[in-house]
Amino acid sequence: MPMITIEKVSKWYNPQFQVLKNCTTTVEKGEVVVVCGPSGSGKSTLIKTVNALEPVQEGTIMVDGLNVTTMKKDLPKLRSRVGMVFQHFELFPHLKIVENLCLGQTIVLGRSEDAAQAKAMKMLERVGLTAHAQKYPGQLSGGQQQRVAIARALVMDPICMLFDEPTSALDPEMINEVLDVMVELAKEGMTMMVVTHEMGFAKKVANRVIFMDAGEIVEDAQKDDFFGHPRSDRAQHFLSKILSH
Amino acid sequence: MFSNFDYDVIWRSLPYLFQQGMVFTLTLTAIATVFGLILGTLIAMMRLSSSAVLSGFAVSYVNLMRSLPLVLVIFLFYFLMPYVGQWIIRADQPVQVGAYASTIVTFTLFEAAYFSEIMRAGIQSVPRGQVMAGYAIGLNYREVMRHVVLPQAFRNMLPVIFTQTIVLFQDTSLVYVLSITDFLGAASKVAQRDGRLTEMYLFAALVYFVICFTASFFVKRLQKRISIIR
Repeated sequence: MPMITIEKVSKWYNPQFQVLKNCTTTVEKGEVVVVCGPSGSGKSTLIKTVNALEPVQEGTIMVDGLNVTTMKKDLPKLRSRVGMVFQHFELFPHLKIVENLCLGQTIVLGRSEDAAQAKAMKMLERVGLTAHAQKYPGQLSGGQQQRVAIARALVMDPICMLFDEPTSALDPEMINEVLDVMVELAKEGMTMMVVTHEMGFAKKVANRVIFMDAGEIVEDAQKDDFFGHPRSDRAQHFLSKILSH
Repeated sequence: MFSNFDYDVIWRSLPYLFQQGMVFTLTLTAIATVFGLILGTLIAMMRLSSSAVLSGFAVSYVNLMRSLPLVLVIFLFYFLMPYVGQWIIRADQPVQVGAYASTIVTFTLFEAAYFSEIMRAGIQSVPRGQVMAGYAIGLNYREVMRHVVLPQAFRNMLPVIFTQTIVLFQDTSLVYVLSITDFLGAASKVAQRDGRLTEMYLFAALVYFVICFTASFFVKRLQKRISIIR
């Protein structure tokens, strides 16, 4: 059974504007799938539909065998098991780093304060930020904040991770520190769906690449096939622009 | 130029000015703030609710109140309230509400409109991404509001609420139109009785200035202390 199944998903923002057109794909357990495409192609929207942060009008999305599109009451519980990392980090600015990491654990998972703290420190150590536990998000650099955001997702023991352009709001010198954490996660066998323009990352760790344009999944191929000989003109055009220098 | 000023009139009238005038001014400010905040919260919640009827009502209420001069509202309520009271309890005669009760109700209703807008702006100032991040870690609507949105909104709106209260403190002087003895009203009465207009009005101005300036100073300090590092 695949971890994530997206089947014939369509979404309209209003009757005139369709953001997702009949999208179908799957993500197997342990697989790393990179979603790329020009801006406005619906990649971010697609990844947000996976944990129902964006509702869809047509189609079905299954996560770990559960239908997300029809789920209501158990949605928070499912979301807590799907880690999400946002483009603009979205750490809670009024809480210290360690409190950011404990909030979900204590409220959603019902862990004790001590257990949550211990887990938080463990994950902070993993992303190399234990020294910053008592600081506020605004005191950290963008790269550090994004690593905290990854840790905030990891403390919930997620079954899979969604990344929505995790490096596109970062200064160039901070991109690698975030990608390093992600590469490590991928190597450990975490199921990941990553919207990104970082083709180096895709080449290094992705199993598959999904190329989207104008709300459609234009190409869904094994990594080597995609970079070696993309079938569609649109993907070729996109790659020629993004890889030219 | 100040040589023929009579400062003694100020000393003589101090007990009257403060024990009667200022006490009323502060009482009205406090009551209108507390009840204005409670009512304002309700209106803000209505405004942000998904029900078109509730939000429509809230929008109309706020727009109506903000489009009328406060003096006019004070007058309107003073003259209308007896008839509204009569209609509600189906009495034979207009209900005698009195100037005090009337002003308290007026200021509460008027300030509620302003406070509700401050709260709505405060809640809406929290970026949508924050709400999404809250949902993404598994919080439900209530938990997102309580742990993510409101703590941030509160920090954004607290200084504005205090500033609005300072404005309200000054606006209470408008009750002079109903001949109520607030601080300015008391000063005005002494001024006319003793023919010492300049002294009394200058003194009243000084008192308002000192209180409002000090309060603003503390609001600024508070703002620095509670603001979120971004």
